[in-house]
Amino acid sequence: MSQKSFTKALLAPDLPAPDGLNDGHGAPAGKRFAVYRNNVTVSLIDALEAGFPVVAKLIGAENFRNIAREYLRTEPPASPLMMLYGKGFAAFLARFPPLAKYAYLPDIARLEYALRESYHAADHTPLAPEALGRIAPGALADVRLVLAPSLRLVVSPWPVHALWLYNKREGAPKPVAMAQSVLVARSGFDPEPHLLPQGADRFIAGLQAGKTLGDACESAPEIDLGAALGLLLGTQSISQVKHEELP
Amino acid sequence: MFDQNRNNRLPNRAGLGYKPQHYAEIMDNAAPVRWFEVHAENYMGQGGRPLAQLRALSERFPVSVHGVGLSIGGEGPLDPEHLARLKHLCDWLNPASFSEHLAWSSHDSAFLNDLLPLPYNAASLARVSAHIDEVQETLGRQMLLENPSSYLAFEASDMEETGFLAELAARTGCGLLLDVNNVFVSATNLGYSPQSYIDTFPLDKVGEIHLGGHDEDKDDAGRPLLIDSHGHEIADPVWALLDYTLERAGPLPLLVEWDNDVPEWPVLAAEAARAEAALTKVPA
Repeated sequence: MSQKSFTKALLAPDLPAPDGLNDGHGAPAGKRFAVYRNNVTVSLIDALEAGFPVVAKLIGAENFRNIAREYLRTEPPASPLMMLYGKGFAAFLARFPPLAKYAYLPDIARLEYALRESYHAADHTPLAPEALGRIAPGALADVRLVLAPSLRLVVSPWPVHALWLYNKREGAPKPVAMAQSVLVARSGFDPEPHLLPQGADRFIAGLQAGKTLGDACESAPEIDLGAALGLLLGTQSISQVKHEELP
Repeated sequence: MFDQNRNNRLPNRAGLGYKPQHYAEIMDNAAPVRWFEVHAENYMGQGGRPLAQLRALSERFPVSVHGVGLSIGGEGPLDPEHLARLKHLCDWLNPASFSEHLAWSSHDSAFLNDLLPLPYNAASLARVSAHIDEVQETLGRQMLLENPSSYLAFEASDMEETGFLAELAARTGCGLLLDVNNVFVSATNLGYSPQSYIDTFPLDKVGEIHLGGHDEDKDDAGRPLLIDSHGHEIADPVWALLDYTLERAGPLPLLVEWDNDVPEWPVLAAEAARAEAALTKVPA
């Protein structure tokens, strides 16, 4: 009996208990091995259900648990940090044939994973709102913004923000079909999804990639710059302004 | 080789497995709980509420860091990244105690999220000793190693669990964490006397005791099969086994674990009060 065969049998319910094990009374391990298999399976399903509550609500708990069982056998955690488990769940949902008609589900899973990453991300000291105002208007295009480590972007052809709200907050309006991009921002300890105005996703992605304010704006010509910066400042998502180094 | 109890500053009082939902009540009035234990892996994020709460908790109470993912009993080498994360957490928090399990939980790249069993023989002893040495050297502190709950036995075992643990402690200088619920669960499942387990356990090496609830099931032959679930009150025979242990070992830090279906604070406080009451019966 090696840990390799033990592991294989834990993740494959059709395999018998590995050789070399007994029930302590001289009989085969039987149901006693199933205790370990059950612990592994149920604890991982529970972790996924806790991590993707809106996905679970959208497809129902029983469906969710069946799909989660398939997923964990394909993709068990790669690290003892359970807070990271499920990074590949969205991609798994996208290629799971029975879910083809729920095409928006993977993006909901991406949003829920982004919220979890944001919750555990490093703290930062937000920039004072007036700091941007002190920059000479002519120099503004050349500055780079360092954004909060807890910031995440989710870009979707589906109304992910509306779907998330509708399933999380009482009285939220019913979602209507449209593309939505979401900024996950954490002021304090609780991440919150914010609906982004047109073009702001490309603008913020540009900033995250280290582009100057001017270059980030060029990649999103339709953007309302005041609104986008206002959202970043209002959610305490800017850590630092970096001025272009002089030649 | 690390000296016994060098870093052990947990009080010989009742402690509780920390649950964030009780943070406000704990900071208001934690009595009768005197110290808290956290699972290391839940505090390996980069920041946010978990680390802020843990820091605040550690400023008010002694904290024990209890790892559940190092896979000390694994056939492969320890995960250097995980060991580095443990070192980072222990350096940052300077906990009163660090403990892990006589079990494995990872194989190749898969983490299985359970404490899995290993045979007790010379090969396991050599491997686990080397892993404990590596942990203690990396962390620069003594660790406590916890006895597991067992549901089955290995044909490849040729040592008793108590002898295996005693030898590990002798070879590495590690301390032991005695989970009396695990003793009761394993003894019932494998058909031996829990009292005789305690009689042969190296009690002088124990730095902490765990108490928790278990579930009752039956195996294929209709024999009782107890499952370490940490999901409800500690059973009466486990409290009796605690008394039996404390009579022989003297007072020790006692931890109440309740990890699933976690109840309201008063229910946990009542379990901790019962642990405190068990300690008052023991001569200091």
